[in-house]
Amino acid sequence: MSNKRYFDPEDLKRFGQIGEWQKPMADKFFAWYGEVFKDGALTEREKALIALAVAHTVQCPYCIDAYTTTCLEKGADEEQMMEAVHVAAAIRAGSSLVFSTQMMNHAKEITM
Amino acid sequence: MSIHPRTQTLARRHSPLSDTFFQLEVLNGRALTDTKIPPFSETISQVGYSDGVLRPTRIEILQVNVGKLCNQACAHCHVDAGPDRKRENMTKETFDLCLEVLRRYEIPTVDITGGAPEMNPHFRWFVEQCSALGKRVLNRCNLTIILVHERYRDLPQFFAQHGVEVISSLPHYNARRTDSQRGDGVFEASIEALRLLNAAGYGQPDSGLKINLVYNPTGTFLPGNQEALEREFKAQLQRRYGVVFNQLYAITNMPISRFLDYLLESGQYDTYMQTLLDAFNPAAVAGVMCRNTISVSWEGYLYDCDFNQMLDLKVNAPGVHIRDFDLETLEQRSIVLNQHCYGCTAGAGSSCGGQVV
Repeated sequence: MSNKRYFDPEDLKRFGQIGEWQKPMADKFFAWYGEVFKDGALTEREKALIALAVAHTVQCPYCIDAYTTTCLEKGADEEQMMEAVHVAAAIRAGSSLVFSTQMMNHAKEITM
Repeated sequence: MSIHPRTQTLARRHSPLSDTFFQLEVLNGRALTDTKIPPFSETISQVGYSDGVLRPTRIEILQVNVGKLCNQACAHCHVDAGPDRKRENMTKETFDLCLEVLRRYEIPTVDITGGAPEMNPHFRWFVEQCSALGKRVLNRCNLTIILVHERYRDLPQFFAQHGVEVISSLPHYNARRTDSQRGDGVFEASIEALRLLNAAGYGQPDSGLKINLVYNPTGTFLPGNQEALEREFKAQLQRRYGVVFNQLYAITNMPISRFLDYLLESGQYDTYMQTLLDAFNPAAVAGVMCRNTISVSWEGYLYDCDFNQMLDLKVNAPGVHIRDFDLETLEQRSIVLNQHCYGCTAGAGSSCGGQVV
Protein backbone atom coordinates (compact mmCIF):
# COMPACT_ATOMS: atom_id res chain seq x y z
CA MET A 1 0.00 0.00 0.00
CA SER A 2 1.41 3.30 -1.03
CA ASN A 3 -0.18 5.53 1.57
CA LYS A 4 -0.83 3.08 4.42
CA ARG A 5 -4.59 3.45 4.28
CA TYR A 6 -7.61 2.16 2.44
CA PHE A 7 -10.16 4.57 0.95
CA ASP A 8 -8.64 7.95 0.14
CA PRO A 9 -11.39 10.48 -0.77
CA GLU A 10 -9.03 11.90 -3.41
CA ASP A 11 -9.24 8.56 -5.25
CA LEU A 12 -12.86 9.27 -6.15
CA LYS A 13 -11.68 12.08 -8.42
CA ARG A 14 -9.39 9.57 -10.13
CA PHE A 15 -12.22 7.18 -11.01
CA GLY A 16 -12.02 8.25 -14.65
CA GLN A 17 -8.42 7.07 -14.79
CA ILE A 18 -9.39 3.39 -14.72
CA GLY A 19 -9.32 3.67 -18.51
CA GLU A 20 -5.56 3.99 -18.36
CA TRP A 21 -5.15 0.20 -18.24
CA GLN A 22 -8.21 -0.90 -20.21
CA LYS A 23 -9.63 1.94 -22.25
CA PRO A 24 -12.29 0.26 -24.45
CA MET A 25 -13.95 -1.41 -21.48
CA ALA A 26 -13.78 1.76 -19.35
CA ASP A 27 -15.25 3.83 -22.18
CA LYS A 28 -18.13 1.40 -22.51
CA PHE A 29 -18.68 1.36 -18.76
CA PHE A 30 -18.76 5.16 -18.42
CA ALA A 31 -21.02 5.58 -21.45
CA TRP A 32 -23.44 3.01 -20.04
CA TYR A 33 -23.17 4.51 -16.55
CA GLY A 34 -24.06 7.96 -17.91
CA GLU A 35 -27.03 6.53 -19.78
CA VAL A 36 -28.30 4.69 -16.69
CA PHE A 37 -28.55 7.85 -14.62
CA LYS A 38 -30.34 9.98 -17.21
CA ASP A 39 -33.92 11.08 -16.63
CA GLY A 40 -36.09 8.25 -17.93
CA ALA A 41 -39.03 6.25 -16.63
CA LEU A 42 -37.49 7.10 -13.27
CA THR A 43 -36.40 10.67 -12.51
CA GLU A 44 -32.77 11.54 -11.89
CA ARG A 45 -33.68 12.15 -8.24
CA GLU A 46 -35.27 8.70 -7.87
CA LYS A 47 -32.25 7.06 -9.48
CA ALA A 48 -29.91 8.98 -7.16
CA LEU A 49 -31.89 7.75 -4.14
CA ILE A 50 -31.68 4.14 -5.38
CA ALA A 51 -27.92 4.60 -5.91
CA LEU A 52 -27.59 5.99 -2.39
CA ALA A 53 -29.41 2.98 -0.94
CA VAL A 54 -27.29 0.54 -2.94
CA ALA A 55 -24.14 2.43 -1.91
CA HIS A 56 -25.00 1.68 1.70
CA THR A 57 -25.68 -1.95 0.90
CA VAL A 58 -22.34 -2.42 -0.85
CA GLN A 59 -20.80 -0.15 1.81
CA CYS A 60 -18.82 1.86 -0.70
CA PRO A 61 -17.61 5.11 0.91
CA TYR A 62 -16.91 6.71 -2.47
CA CYS A 63 -20.44 5.98 -3.64
CA ILE A 64 -21.93 7.24 -0.37
CA ASP A 65 -20.14 10.59 -0.71
CA ALA A 66 -20.90 10.89 -4.40
CA TYR A 67 -24.59 10.01 -4.14
CA THR A 68 -25.19 12.09 -1.03
CA THR A 69 -24.09 15.10 -3.09
CA THR A 70 -26.05 13.93 -6.14
CA CYS A 71 -29.23 13.37 -4.11
CA LEU A 72 -29.00 16.93 -2.73
CA GLU A 73 -28.28 18.33 -6.21
CA LYS A 74 -31.33 16.55 -7.59
CA GLY A 75 -33.52 18.10 -4.89
CA ALA A 76 -33.87 15.23 -2.41
CA ASP A 77 -34.04 16.13 1.26
CA GLU A 78 -32.73 14.46 4.41
CA GLU A 79 -35.93 12.50 5.06
CA GLN A 80 -35.98 11.02 1.57
CA MET A 81 -32.31 10.09 1.81
CA MET A 82 -32.66 8.45 5.21
CA GLU A 83 -35.78 6.57 4.10
CA ALA A 84 -33.82 5.25 1.11
CA VAL A 85 -31.11 3.94 3.46
CA HIS A 86 -33.79 2.34 5.64
CA VAL A 87 -35.14 0.55 2.56
CA ALA A 88 -31.63 -0.83 1.91
CA ALA A 89 -31.23 -1.77 5.56
CA ALA A 90 -34.67 -3.41 5.71
CA ILE A 91 -33.87 -5.58 2.70
CA ARG A 92 -30.52 -6.53 4.21
CA ALA A 93 -32.15 -7.39 7.53
CA GLY A 94 -35.01 -9.18 5.82
CA SER A 95 -32.66 -11.17 3.64
CA SER A 96 -30.99 -12.52 6.79
CA LEU A 97 -34.20 -13.14 8.62
CA VAL A 98 -35.88 -14.92 5.72
CA PHE A 99 -33.15 -17.55 5.90
CA SER A 100 -34.37 -18.35 9.37
CA THR A 101 -37.15 -20.31 7.70
CA GLN A 102 -34.46 -22.67 6.47
CA MET A 103 -33.05 -22.81 9.98
CA MET A 104 -36.52 -23.55 11.33
CA ASN A 105 -37.17 -26.19 8.67
CA HIS A 106 -33.91 -27.94 9.39
CA ALA A 107 -34.28 -27.71 13.15
CA LYS A 108 -37.77 -29.13 12.96
CA GLU A 109 -36.48 -31.92 10.80
CA ILE A 110 -33.83 -33.02 13.25
CA THR A 111 -35.55 -32.42 16.52
CA MET A 112 -38.36 -34.29 18.26
CA MET B 1 -45.61 33.83 13.39
CA SER B 2 -42.04 34.90 13.99
CA ILE B 3 -38.78 34.29 12.26
CA HIS B 4 -35.32 34.18 13.77
CA PRO B 5 -32.21 34.63 11.65
CA ARG B 6 -29.41 32.14 12.33
CA THR B 7 -26.75 34.57 11.22
CA GLN B 8 -25.83 38.23 11.49
CA THR B 9 -24.73 40.56 8.70
CA LEU B 10 -21.01 40.81 7.98
CA ALA B 11 -21.37 44.54 8.62
CA ARG B 12 -22.73 43.96 12.11
CA ARG B 13 -20.04 41.41 12.87
CA HIS B 14 -17.38 43.88 11.62
CA SER B 15 -16.08 41.07 9.44
CA PRO B 16 -13.17 41.96 7.15
CA LEU B 17 -15.32 40.53 4.35
CA SER B 18 -17.69 43.48 4.67
CA ASP B 19 -14.95 45.31 2.76
CA THR B 20 -15.56 44.53 -0.92
CA PHE B 21 -11.89 45.07 -1.79
CA PHE B 22 -10.97 42.37 0.73
CA GLN B 23 -13.48 39.97 -0.87
CA LEU B 24 -11.81 40.53 -4.23
CA GLU B 25 -8.42 39.86 -2.66
CA VAL B 26 -9.74 36.52 -1.39
CA LEU B 27 -11.30 35.64 -4.75
CA ASN B 28 -7.99 36.31 -6.44
CA GLY B 29 -5.98 34.20 -3.99
CA ARG B 30 -4.24 37.14 -2.32
CA ALA B 31 -5.84 36.96 1.12
CA LEU B 32 -6.87 34.17 3.52
CA THR B 33 -6.29 31.55 0.82
CA ASP B 34 -3.75 30.95 -1.89
CA THR B 35 -6.21 29.08 -4.09
CA LYS B 36 -5.39 29.93 -7.67
CA ILE B 37 -7.91 29.31 -10.36
CA PRO B 38 -7.39 30.69 -13.86
CA PRO B 39 -8.69 34.24 -14.35
CA PHE B 40 -12.26 34.12 -15.65
CA SER B 41 -11.42 36.34 -18.63
CA GLU B 42 -8.61 33.93 -19.60
CA THR B 43 -11.03 31.01 -19.45
CA ILE B 44 -13.59 32.68 -21.72
CA SER B 45 -10.85 33.81 -24.12
CA GLN B 46 -10.20 30.10 -24.76
CA VAL B 47 -13.79 29.50 -25.81
CA GLY B 48 -14.17 32.21 -28.40
CA TYR B 49 -14.43 35.49 -26.49
CA SER B 50 -11.43 37.27 -27.96
CA ASP B 51 -9.15 38.97 -25.46
CA GLY B 52 -11.42 37.68 -22.71
CA VAL B 53 -13.93 40.46 -23.33
CA LEU B 54 -17.65 39.97 -22.78
CA ARG B 55 -19.99 42.51 -24.39
CA PRO B 56 -23.64 43.24 -23.69
CA THR B 57 -26.39 42.37 -26.14
CA ARG B 58 -29.25 44.85 -25.61
CA ILE B 59 -30.24 46.37 -22.31
CA GLU B 60 -33.68 44.96 -21.64
CA ILE B 61 -33.77 44.99 -17.83
CA LEU B 62 -33.16 47.75 -15.33
CA GLN B 63 -32.57 45.99 -12.05
CA VAL B 64 -33.07 48.40 -9.18
CA ASN B 65 -31.66 47.40 -5.82
CA VAL B 66 -33.60 49.67 -3.50
CA GLY B 67 -31.61 48.92 -0.35
CA LYS B 68 -30.07 46.41 2.00
CA LEU B 69 -32.71 46.52 4.73
CA CYS B 70 -34.38 43.14 5.23
CA ASN B 71 -36.42 41.41 7.91
CA GLN B 72 -34.35 38.27 7.30
CA ALA B 73 -30.63 37.55 7.43
CA CYS B 74 -30.03 34.51 5.22
CA ALA B 75 -26.82 32.55 5.56
CA HIS B 76 -25.91 32.85 1.87
CA CYS B 77 -27.05 36.45 1.18
CA HIS B 78 -24.88 38.07 -1.50
CA VAL B 79 -26.15 41.53 -0.52
CA ASP B 80 -25.24 41.19 3.17
CA ALA B 81 -28.77 42.43 3.81
CA GLY B 82 -30.40 42.32 7.23
CA PRO B 83 -32.46 44.08 9.85
CA ASP B 84 -29.49 46.29 10.85
CA ARG B 85 -28.94 47.74 7.35
CA LYS B 86 -31.22 50.73 7.91
CA ARG B 87 -28.94 53.32 6.38
CA GLU B 88 -28.77 51.84 2.91
CA ASN B 89 -32.12 52.76 1.36
CA MET B 90 -32.75 54.38 -2.03
CA THR B 91 -34.02 57.97 -1.77
CA LYS B 92 -36.95 59.46 -3.66
CA GLU B 93 -34.50 61.53 -5.74
CA THR B 94 -32.67 58.42 -6.92
CA PHE B 95 -35.96 56.65 -7.69
CA ASP B 96 -36.91 59.71 -9.77
CA LEU B 97 -33.68 59.39 -11.74
CA CYS B 98 -34.50 55.71 -12.40
CA LEU B 99 -37.97 56.69 -13.63
CA GLU B 100 -36.47 59.31 -15.92
CA VAL B 101 -34.29 56.63 -17.52
CA LEU B 102 -37.29 54.31 -17.85
CA ARG B 103 -39.26 57.12 -19.52
CA ARG B 104 -36.41 58.05 -21.86
CA TYR B 105 -35.52 54.56 -23.08
CA GLU B 106 -37.43 51.54 -24.24
CA ILE B 107 -36.22 49.26 -21.49
CA PRO B 108 -39.17 46.91 -21.12
CA THR B 109 -38.50 45.37 -17.69
CA VAL B 110 -37.91 46.75 -14.21
CA ASP B 111 -36.58 44.19 -11.75
CA ILE B 112 -36.92 45.43 -8.17
CA THR B 113 -34.73 43.82 -5.55
CA GLY B 114 -33.13 44.45 -2.15
CA GLY B 115 -33.02 43.63 0.84
CA ALA B 116 -36.72 43.34 1.25
CA PRO B 117 -37.72 46.00 -1.32
CA GLU B 118 -41.10 46.51 0.33
CA MET B 119 -39.38 48.01 3.39
CA ASN B 120 -38.25 51.01 1.38
CA PRO B 121 -40.74 53.84 2.11
CA HIS B 122 -41.01 54.74 -1.60
CA PHE B 123 -41.54 51.17 -2.82
CA ARG B 124 -45.26 51.29 -3.56
CA TRP B 125 -45.03 54.66 -5.26
CA PHE B 126 -42.19 53.42 -7.46
CA VAL B 127 -44.14 50.29 -8.46
CA GLU B 128 -47.15 52.45 -9.37
CA GLN B 129 -45.00 54.74 -11.49
CA CYS B 130 -43.31 51.85 -13.32
CA SER B 131 -46.64 50.19 -13.90
CA ALA B 132 -48.10 53.46 -15.25
CA LEU B 133 -45.20 53.60 -17.71
CA GLY B 134 -46.33 50.23 -19.04
CA LYS B 135 -43.23 48.41 -17.86
CA ARG B 136 -43.10 44.76 -16.91
CA VAL B 137 -42.46 44.96 -13.18
CA LEU B 138 -40.71 42.16 -11.32
CA ASN B 139 -40.42 42.24 -7.56
CA ARG B 140 -38.08 39.98 -5.63
CA CYS B 141 -40.15 39.39 -2.52
CA ASN B 142 -38.83 37.27 0.35
CA LEU B 143 -42.44 36.14 1.16
CA THR B 144 -42.13 36.48 4.95
CA ILE B 145 -42.32 40.29 4.70
CA ILE B 146 -46.03 39.87 3.89
CA LEU B 147 -46.60 38.45 7.38
CA VAL B 148 -44.10 40.40 9.42
CA HIS B 149 -46.37 43.38 10.07
CA GLU B 150 -49.98 44.39 9.46
CA ARG B 151 -48.92 47.14 7.06
CA TYR B 152 -47.54 44.58 4.58
CA ARG B 153 -50.51 42.19 4.73
CA ASP B 154 -52.18 43.68 1.63
CA LEU B 155 -49.07 43.28 -0.54
CA PRO B 156 -50.57 40.35 -2.52
CA GLN B 157 -53.52 42.58 -3.51
CA PHE B 158 -51.21 45.51 -4.25
CA PHE B 159 -49.01 43.31 -6.46
CA ALA B 160 -52.07 41.92 -8.24
CA GLN B 161 -53.52 45.39 -8.83
CA HIS B 162 -50.37 46.46 -10.65
CA GLY B 163 -49.71 43.14 -12.40
CA VAL B 164 -46.40 42.76 -10.61
CA GLU B 165 -44.57 39.51 -11.31
CA VAL B 166 -43.44 38.13 -7.95
CA ILE B 167 -40.16 36.22 -7.66
CA SER B 168 -39.48 34.58 -4.33
CA SER B 169 -36.77 32.42 -2.85
CA LEU B 170 -37.77 29.05 -1.51
CA PRO B 171 -34.66 26.90 -1.47
CA HIS B 172 -36.59 23.77 -0.58
CA TYR B 173 -40.02 22.27 -0.05
CA ASN B 174 -38.57 20.87 3.15
CA ALA B 175 -38.71 23.14 6.22
CA ARG B 176 -35.34 22.11 7.63
CA ARG B 177 -33.50 22.75 4.34
CA THR B 178 -35.15 26.15 3.96
CA ASP B 179 -34.73 27.29 7.56
CA SER B 180 -31.08 26.23 7.66
CA GLN B 181 -30.40 28.86 5.03
CA ARG B 182 -33.03 31.52 5.63
CA GLY B 183 -33.68 31.39 9.38
CA ASP B 184 -35.93 29.57 11.82
CA GLY B 185 -39.61 29.89 11.03
CA VAL B 186 -39.01 31.16 7.48
CA PHE B 187 -40.41 28.07 5.79
CA GLU B 188 -43.69 28.13 7.68
CA ALA B 189 -44.12 31.87 7.08
CA SER B 190 -43.21 31.45 3.39
CA ILE B 191 -45.88 28.79 2.91
CA GLU B 192 -48.43 31.03 4.60
CA ALA B 193 -47.42 33.94 2.34
CA LEU B 194 -47.65 31.70 -0.74
CA ARG B 195 -51.18 30.76 0.29
CA LEU B 196 -52.07 34.48 0.49
CA LEU B 197 -50.53 35.07 -2.94
CA ASN B 198 -52.42 32.07 -4.34
CA ALA B 199 -55.63 33.45 -2.84
CA ALA B 200 -54.96 36.77 -4.61
CA GLY B 201 -54.74 34.85 -7.90
CA TYR B 202 -50.98 34.31 -8.08
CA GLY B 203 -49.98 31.04 -9.70
CA GLN B 204 -53.58 30.23 -10.61
CA PRO B 205 -54.32 29.17 -14.18
CA ASP B 206 -55.51 32.01 -16.46
CA SER B 207 -55.09 34.71 -13.80
CA GLY B 208 -52.11 36.21 -15.62
CA LEU B 209 -50.49 36.71 -12.20
CA LYS B 210 -47.13 35.03 -11.89
CA ILE B 211 -45.32 33.81 -8.82
CA ASN B 212 -41.98 32.24 -9.69
CA LEU B 213 -39.86 30.55 -7.07
CA VAL B 214 -36.09 30.60 -6.80
CA TYR B 215 -34.28 27.42 -5.84
CA ASN B 216 -30.68 27.63 -4.76
CA PRO B 217 -28.66 24.86 -3.17
CA THR B 218 -28.62 24.90 0.62
CA GLY B 219 -24.94 24.04 0.70
CA THR B 220 -21.83 23.69 -1.42
CA PHE B 221 -23.30 21.69 -4.27
CA LEU B 222 -24.60 22.83 -7.65
CA PRO B 223 -28.26 23.02 -8.61
CA GLY B 224 -29.63 20.03 -10.50
CA ASN B 225 -31.70 20.24 -13.66
CA GLN B 226 -34.15 23.14 -13.40
CA GLU B 227 -37.06 21.38 -15.10
CA ALA B 228 -36.73 18.28 -12.93
CA LEU B 229 -36.54 20.40 -9.78
CA GLU B 230 -39.59 22.40 -10.88
CA ARG B 231 -41.60 19.20 -11.39
CA GLU B 232 -40.58 17.98 -7.94
CA PHE B 233 -41.31 21.32 -6.22
CA LYS B 234 -44.71 21.58 -7.90
CA ALA B 235 -45.68 18.05 -6.90
CA GLN B 236 -44.42 18.33 -3.33
CA LEU B 237 -45.80 21.83 -2.59
CA GLN B 238 -49.17 20.89 -4.02
CA ARG B 239 -49.30 17.55 -2.18
CA ARG B 240 -48.02 18.77 1.19
CA TYR B 241 -49.38 22.32 1.37
CA GLY B 242 -51.82 22.86 -1.52
CA VAL B 243 -49.60 25.66 -2.83
CA VAL B 244 -49.16 26.44 -6.54
CA PHE B 245 -46.61 28.51 -8.46
CA ASN B 246 -45.58 29.17 -12.06
CA GLN B 247 -41.89 28.55 -12.66
CA LEU B 248 -38.86 27.52 -10.66
CA TYR B 249 -35.58 29.33 -11.30
CA ALA B 250 -32.51 27.32 -10.29
CA ILE B 251 -29.68 29.60 -9.23
CA THR B 252 -26.10 28.78 -8.23
CA ASN B 253 -24.71 30.22 -4.97
CA MET B 254 -22.16 32.94 -5.69
CA PRO B 255 -18.88 32.81 -3.77
CA ILE B 256 -19.24 36.35 -2.45
CA SER B 257 -20.40 38.08 0.73
CA ARG B 258 -22.05 35.80 3.31
CA PHE B 259 -21.76 32.65 1.19
CA LEU B 260 -18.05 33.40 0.79
CA ASP B 261 -17.85 33.78 4.57
CA TYR B 262 -19.57 30.40 4.98
CA LEU B 263 -17.19 28.76 2.49
CA LEU B 264 -14.15 30.12 4.31
CA GLU B 265 -15.46 29.35 7.80
CA SER B 266 -16.39 25.78 6.88
CA GLY B 267 -13.12 25.15 5.05
CA GLN B 268 -14.90 24.48 1.75
CA TYR B 269 -13.78 27.48 -0.28
CA ASP B 270 -11.15 25.63 -2.35
CA THR B 271 -13.45 22.72 -3.11
CA TYR B 272 -16.34 24.98 -4.09
CA MET B 273 -14.24 27.13 -6.44
CA GLN B 274 -12.86 23.95 -8.02
CA THR B 275 -16.43 22.64 -8.40
CA LEU B 276 -17.42 25.84 -10.23
CA LEU B 277 -14.33 25.69 -12.43
CA ASP B 278 -14.81 21.98 -13.25
CA ALA B 279 -18.42 22.71 -14.20
CA PHE B 280 -17.52 25.71 -16.41
CA ASN B 281 -19.83 25.54 -19.42
CA PRO B 282 -18.80 27.66 -22.43
CA ALA B 283 -22.40 27.58 -23.70
CA ALA B 284 -23.60 29.33 -20.53
CA VAL B 285 -21.48 32.43 -21.14
CA ALA B 286 -23.71 33.75 -23.92
CA GLY B 287 -26.80 33.76 -21.70
CA VAL B 288 -25.56 35.40 -18.52
CA MET B 289 -27.75 38.21 -17.26
CA CYS B 290 -25.09 40.96 -17.30
CA ARG B 291 -25.46 40.97 -21.09
CA ASN B 292 -29.00 42.38 -21.02
CA THR B 293 -29.21 44.02 -17.61
CA ILE B 294 -28.05 47.18 -15.87
CA SER B 295 -28.09 47.05 -12.11
CA VAL B 296 -28.62 50.22 -10.06
CA SER B 297 -27.55 50.51 -6.43
CA TRP B 298 -29.46 52.31 -3.66
CA GLU B 299 -27.05 55.20 -4.18
CA GLY B 300 -27.72 55.29 -7.92
CA TYR B 301 -24.47 53.76 -9.16
CA LEU B 302 -24.53 51.48 -12.20
CA TYR B 303 -23.25 47.92 -12.36
CA ASP B 304 -23.27 45.00 -14.79
CA CYS B 305 -25.21 42.84 -12.32
CA ASP B 306 -26.29 42.66 -8.68
CA PHE B 307 -23.18 40.59 -7.84
CA ASN B 308 -20.79 43.17 -9.30
CA GLN B 309 -22.78 45.74 -7.35
CA MET B 310 -22.07 43.90 -4.10
CA LEU B 311 -18.36 43.81 -4.96
CA ASP B 312 -18.53 47.49 -5.92
CA LEU B 313 -17.30 46.80 -9.46
CA LYS B 314 -18.97 49.68 -11.31
CA VAL B 315 -19.71 49.62 -15.04
CA ASN B 316 -16.81 50.22 -17.38
CA ALA B 317 -18.39 53.26 -19.07
CA PRO B 318 -17.95 57.04 -19.00
CA GLY B 319 -21.00 57.56 -16.74
CA VAL B 320 -21.24 55.32 -13.69
CA HIS B 321 -24.28 56.97 -12.08
CA ILE B 322 -27.97 56.80 -13.03
CA ARG B 323 -27.93 60.58 -13.60
CA ASP B 324 -25.39 60.00 -16.42
CA PHE B 325 -27.23 56.97 -17.88
CA ASP B 326 -26.61 56.74 -21.60
CA LEU B 327 -27.95 53.60 -23.25
CA GLU B 328 -25.74 53.83 -26.32
CA THR B 329 -22.44 54.04 -24.46
CA LEU B 330 -23.56 51.42 -21.94
CA GLU B 331 -24.35 48.98 -24.74
CA GLN B 332 -20.82 49.44 -26.07
CA ARG B 333 -19.07 48.77 -22.77
CA SER B 334 -17.13 45.67 -21.84
CA ILE B 335 -18.55 43.81 -18.86
CA VAL B 336 -16.42 43.84 -15.70
CA LEU B 337 -15.36 40.27 -14.97
CA ASN B 338 -13.79 38.65 -11.94
CA GLN B 339 -13.47 35.23 -10.34
CA HIS B 340 -17.02 35.17 -8.95
CA CYS B 341 -18.27 35.05 -12.56
CA TYR B 342 -17.58 31.28 -12.53
CA GLY B 343 -20.76 31.10 -10.42
CA CYS B 344 -22.90 32.13 -13.41
CA THR B 345 -21.25 29.79 -15.93
CA ALA B 346 -21.23 26.52 -13.98
CA GLY B 347 -23.35 23.66 -15.27
CA ALA B 348 -26.48 24.91 -16.97
CA GLY B 349 -25.51 28.47 -16.04
CA SER B 350 -27.23 30.77 -13.61
CA SER B 351 -28.91 34.14 -13.71
CA CYS B 352 -31.65 36.03 -11.90
CA GLY B 353 -34.02 34.18 -14.24
CA GLY B 354 -32.57 30.74 -13.46
CA GLN B 355 -30.52 28.45 -15.64
CA VAL B 356 -29.43 29.85 -19.00
CA VAL B 357 -28.88 26.85 -21.27
